[in-house]
Amino acid sequence: MAADGNTKPPKKLSLKENYAMLTRGLDWEPTYQKKEDIFRTIDFEGIKIHDWDKWEDPFRLTMDAYWKYQGEKERKLYAIIDAFQQGNGQFNVTDARYVQALKIFLNGIVELEYASHRGFCMLGREFPGAGPRIAAQMQSIDELRHATTQIHAISHYNKYFEGMENFPYQFDRVWYLSIPKSFFEDACTSGPFEFIVAISFAFEYVLTNLAFMPWMSGAAFNGDMSTVSFGFSAQSDEARHMTLGIECIKFLLEQDPANVPLVQKWIDKWFWRGYRLLALLATMMDYILPKRVMSWSEAWTIYYEENGGALFADLARYGIKPPKYADVTIKEKGRVSHEMWSVFYANRNALGFGIWLPSEEEMDWFSEKYPDTFDKYYRPRYEHWRELEKAGTPFTCKVLPQLCQTCQWPCLYTEADDATEFVHRESEYKGETFHFCSDGCKDIFDDEPEKFVHAWMPVNQIYQGNCFLPGVDPTAPDFNPMAEALKYMGLKPGIDGGLFKDHLDAKRWEQWTSRPANIHEGAYTDAVRSTNTPAPKA
Amino acid sequence: MPTKAITPDYHGDFQDTVDKYHGQQLISVCWEKHTSFGWPMCLPVPPDMPFGGIIQNILPMIYSDHPDFAKIEWDKVQWSTSKGPFTPDPAKSLADHGIKHKHQIRFRTPGLDGHNGGG
Repeated sequence: MAADGNTKPPKKLSLKENYAMLTRGLDWEPTYQKKEDIFRTIDFEGIKIHDWDKWEDPFRLTMDAYWKYQGEKERKLYAIIDAFQQGNGQFNVTDARYVQALKIFLNGIVELEYASHRGFCMLGREFPGAGPRIAAQMQSIDELRHATTQIHAISHYNKYFEGMENFPYQFDRVWYLSIPKSFFEDACTSGPFEFIVAISFAFEYVLTNLAFMPWMSGAAFNGDMSTVSFGFSAQSDEARHMTLGIECIKFLLEQDPANVPLVQKWIDKWFWRGYRLLALLATMMDYILPKRVMSWSEAWTIYYEENGGALFADLARYGIKPPKYADVTIKEKGRVSHEMWSVFYANRNALGFGIWLPSEEEMDWFSEKYPDTFDKYYRPRYEHWRELEKAGTPFTCKVLPQLCQTCQWPCLYTEADDATEFVHRESEYKGETFHFCSDGCKDIFDDEPEKFVHAWMPVNQIYQGNCFLPGVDPTAPDFNPMAEALKYMGLKPGIDGGLFKDHLDAKRWEQWTSRPANIHEGAYTDAVRSTNTPAPKA
Repeated sequence: MPTKAITPDYHGDFQDTVDKYHGQQLISVCWEKHTSFGWPMCLPVPPDMPFGGIIQNILPMIYSDHPDFAKIEWDKVQWSTSKGPFTPDPAKSLADHGIKHKHQIRFRTPGLDGHNGGG
């Protein structure tokens, strides 16, 4: 301010002017460097952009507004998390098996948030348009915030429960975490336009409602106020990310008709990859949440078939069709969670969370929610396995799976039109055979085989002898490759996985809370007091 | 299709070639209709292993806990690979049968279609 006090302070810009300055006025045309040398990755995918200023960010968020909003969200969130921790909120969740769902969610998702942060950092550098560059930079900060918040959630739950102490180490090694890992590594090693279609549109816009709506309401229903608060805090960011996703699709499609087939190819690919990734969520919703809000089949009907159907009807005017193999996802919706829980059960000793068979009451819920499939295919399976458990010889799978070269799931899925037949799909490329879980994954490989031939496939790596800790002697007479591979993955045999009734989380839960560790099973230990005893009067 | 990349002629080194398996090769084994096993099994075996070794050692190790397994009539089993049906000779090796690294051996046992319909 001028010392004489006569100069008026400069007029503050309106939000609109502020945003225009940020995304248009402050950008410049380079003069002593060629534009293509500055933005080196913008052309090779074949996308044509004629006018970056046509990019319209519906939020028009300025930097000062962004910091203000995000700062408020953080203050509210951490106030609730502090209260949750001080009030021992971890014991107010329904039971200890709910925590098993949290483990999958947190161990799987934190590194994805971080990978997403990295991906959007790259876009924030590589897009020549200042508008999308700013939007990508904000999203990259959001994703880092989400990862940080989730790590705080881990650090609290980790004080009381097994299997959450080692997430970055495990993410790079555990066989089933290679599925989310490979998903984001495929996206981050794509060009900037494929990345934004993959993550902002196919994943965030089309699919993450499935994560946020049913999963977060499931967390609320099961008393996990920590996760719910995170969900609410992240959801307003997600709304902005989803808007970025739809805006980016419309921008690409309106810029040049030649972009349409490329965008369609990426929608097909990333819808399928995202759908396969969400199979974990299907299992969490149907099997792990002690109190359920809706079945996976119902969620898929509402959030993909109905909402997604309306979206793709809207995009039809650009020549965009619904994702290829969407019909397969609809045929699979009555099976995915059951097929997956079966393989988790059969391989429970190689997991980082405890596993159980559904109770009679839960099977009745499945019969109601899955009238065409559950009683026919899965109830007889579980009843047989229940008998084997009672006989003291629980069913266990003895050999590692054939993996899908694209999504890295075991080839556990069945034919879209016949739930009794395994899917067999393979390609031969340069004389070598590659297996796939589906036509969707085979198409992705066939389109870019060189990108997938060097995938780090956990089963194959174990058999090559690459998954042992230093100092282990594979030639020793008592060498057990499976046990050593589990140690390499950071999974503690007999502690992290196995039958839930024997799990440390279950035993400790009952000791600490005097409540059943699995509300559908009754007490596992003597520590559970009778819930029929009335509380003594004060 | 070639991978579009910022470097021309982008290529990835094959991660799982047979030379990385210390004299063994990977095979996949799948008992059709028996979906309760969850997946086709992947395991390393020596290429000169006779096919009889698959039937006598490998398959019982994987599948013998299943109630259908003891009922299998082995002369009625239908064998196939992705190339189509074949009739194995127990004395001949996997290599003699043309079963190479990462190939899949499927077998079907008509009439034995999973325990109580549960796979």
